[in-house]
Amino acid sequence: MTGFGRAILVLGLLVSVYAVVAALRGARADRREWVVSARHAVYALAALLTVAVVVLEAAYLRSDFSFGLVVDNSSTTTPTFYKLTAMWSSQAGSLLLWVWLLSIFASIALALTRHRHREVVPYATAVLGGIATFFMVLLVFEVSPFVRVADPPAEGAGLNPLLRHPSMMFHPPMLYSGYVAWSIPFAFAVGALVTRKLDAEWIRSTRRFALVAWAFLAIGILLGARWSYSELGWGGYWGWDPVENASLMPWLVGTAFLHSIMVQERRGMLKVWNVSLIVATFTLALLGTFLVRSGVLDSIHAFGASTVGGWFLGAIIVVLAGSVALIVSRLDALRSERRIDSLASREAVFLVNNLLLVALSFVVFWGTFFPLISEAVTGTRSSVGPPWFDRYTVPLAIGLVLMAGVGPLLAWRQVTRAQLGRLFAAPVAVAAVVVVAALALTDAGSSPPSVLLFAFAAFTISAVGLEYLRAVRARRRVASEPLPLAAVAVVRRNRRRYGGYLVHVGVAVALLGVAASSAFNTQRDVRLGPGDSARVAGYDVRYVRPTSDLSNERIAFGAVLDVRKDGEQVTTLRPSRSYFPAASDSMGPLGRFFRGESTSEVGLETGWTRDVWTAMQPDLRVLNGPIRAGNRIARDLPPEAQAVMIAALSQRYIRQAPPATFRLIVNPMVTWIWVGGLVVLAGALIALWPSPLTARRRVTSLRAARLGRELSRA
Amino acid sequence: MHPSRKRKIRLAIALSLAVVLGGALIYTSFSAATDSKQPSDLVAGATPGKSYELTGKVKRGSVQRDDEVLRFRIRDRNGAASVPVRYTGAVPDPFREGREVIVKGKMENGLFVAEEDSLVTKCPSKFKKENSE
Repeated sequence: MTGFGRAILVLGLLVSVYAVVAALRGARADRREWVVSARHAVYALAALLTVAVVVLEAAYLRSDFSFGLVVDNSSTTTPTFYKLTAMWSSQAGSLLLWVWLLSIFASIALALTRHRHREVVPYATAVLGGIATFFMVLLVFEVSPFVRVADPPAEGAGLNPLLRHPSMMFHPPMLYSGYVAWSIPFAFAVGALVTRKLDAEWIRSTRRFALVAWAFLAIGILLGARWSYSELGWGGYWGWDPVENASLMPWLVGTAFLHSIMVQERRGMLKVWNVSLIVATFTLALLGTFLVRSGVLDSIHAFGASTVGGWFLGAIIVVLAGSVALIVSRLDALRSERRIDSLASREAVFLVNNLLLVALSFVVFWGTFFPLISEAVTGTRSSVGPPWFDRYTVPLAIGLVLMAGVGPLLAWRQVTRAQLGRLFAAPVAVAAVVVVAALALTDAGSSPPSVLLFAFAAFTISAVGLEYLRAVRARRRVASEPLPLAAVAVVRRNRRRYGGYLVHVGVAVALLGVAASSAFNTQRDVRLGPGDSARVAGYDVRYVRPTSDLSNERIAFGAVLDVRKDGEQVTTLRPSRSYFPAASDSMGPLGRFFRGESTSEVGLETGWTRDVWTAMQPDLRVLNGPIRAGNRIARDLPPEAQAVMIAALSQRYIRQAPPATFRLIVNPMVTWIWVGGLVVLAGALIALWPSPLTARRRVTSLRAARLGRELSRA
Repeated sequence: MHPSRKRKIRLAIALSLAVVLGGALIYTSFSAATDSKQPSDLVAGATPGKSYELTGKVKRGSVQRDDEVLRFRIRDRNGAASVPVRYTGAVPDPFREGREVIVKGKMENGLFVAEEDSLVTKCPSKFKKENSE
């Protein structure tokens, strides 16, 4: 079956090269049939890659160890869910996922635009085919997902235990979907540049893809944060790690793009800016894929040295150099049709928000690549830590939250001073009340940036909410509908606007959570024996008893923690640490069960106002002697007898459990981050949903076309 | 004021803000950055009291745990020179002898005293190979 998979990939490479050639030919000679053929080649590529993915997934499901990838990150005992998702924990599998998603997105985009943009589409097809060709070359010549194992082992290595978390399994496909979907607007932008069709048409037909890419990236980033918080034993959700930054940068620049294209659609301005932003976004998406795979920067994610780093660097240089040359040669066609009339206008606020977002992503970029920059400048590699990032990102983020409220309040073109007063009075009052309440009721005053962020978030949420209420009231007056109907009708009439407003609310809510949880958390590392207790931020945590659990191909040692506040029980938490057996025998037949890979299972009590987060590091030194003694005996025993000895060892730990190290954190308002994320997602979905008007228009135009054909035939 | 003059002033303000931000970025990143060193660099000579980021592999057989303190040695990626490390705080899940780690701290009398929670361990992609090194 590996041979079949390889053949499919080779065929896929040929098809993607053909798509490029045919598309270019169709564009040059203006022969439609070549363009249609190129589009069909992209469909064929999607079909071929689907087959390749199915073949690989089937191999995982059957635990076919003649596949190198299956040996590397799956095993017969791996749960089915993780077998299905193990594909993207390998480099070859994740590159296959990338290009498969690309072929699907490209097919959808080309199918939707097949009757439009006759000039732009051939070049967009060629660009998409070119990106696909790059990945197909990697898969065929550099990192094959279908490596054959001549002598299949009886058992595979299993999935890295750290990755066994549901959100970790959805995180890569979400992130990749985000990265990949940016190639659609990028391809159409290049097509528009080549053909000098630089009105807002390319934006209108790829806007949805940009929004989809943006939403996928947002979900991917949040899932990664969620995984870090609940699976890694350090208790944080963001550490300014290069790979986290790599996913944040295209999201930030993409956010700027989604705003500034509205200015081009409405007012015909910012054309150079928009094509530059989409080029930057796509390059950063490639860079994100590259950073994970190259090992150029020290990161917990850098999966060792890899051979594809150079390829990606080459691709990034080609994309950047080509795009910049193209933009420069088209500067005359990119001139703005208008200028900004007033600073008190929506387009001016969009410009400010764009500058803030680009500055923010530049800060992240500089910090991320500082080790390389400093090595080039001073000769020594040095790096900047989270405090450096915070110094710049906090003020910029605070500014952005403010803009998220100001933007929706202002109209296009110009707002008079009288209007300004009327629009701002209520939200400013709400913000003031929130600040007074926060200062009076909590100890928020110890962190001025947080108070500022609370104020601006309150301003933004109330500004957007009041704007919506105004629209509902106006609708009720005009259409004399009941309130719920009017509330829905307003959103239905303008999904893009109110979806966008909801996204603003979600971002403000999430940043509230970020501000509160990073400024006001309390953390303690303590060593507790059974029966001991510790106090953290008013909570008394008592180590009631140790636990052990032998199941799901791992041994878990944990603790039952009784959490009380003012003597009243709040909850019982069960943090633990799971030990996965090492594949090799070098630690002895028993030792390999206790000294293999281990992961923290966090004990977490979530709440609206605070999370109580606990992790545990058991001390297994008491078992060293017995394990050494057991290793000598167990070598010749059957597995059943070894299992009995393992059970006896874990019982021994329970009987004389030594003190274990605990990390206890009381973290305010973390839940709001995840809730904010869900609100963002809901807003994005509302904005994406086709409005009834355009859906109807599409149906009627199809019917008209059919009628026309029938008439001409008659 | 003439509109074109107004635009020029705005452009000048925006550009100078960008220059200020860029300058601040460059200045603070170079002054706040911690140098990245291998154990052999620190053995050859380290400024006392200066923060370093130490990278290398955890030396085999060197990991010891006393209560909250973790002691181990970091050796060069390709080489034998090593430095003893004293560390407190969260130990990342993949931490293990032979793994590549990064830790931040200062040299004090030949001992690398690490900052709390500064230990980073690289994810091994294929942990089946861990014993073959």
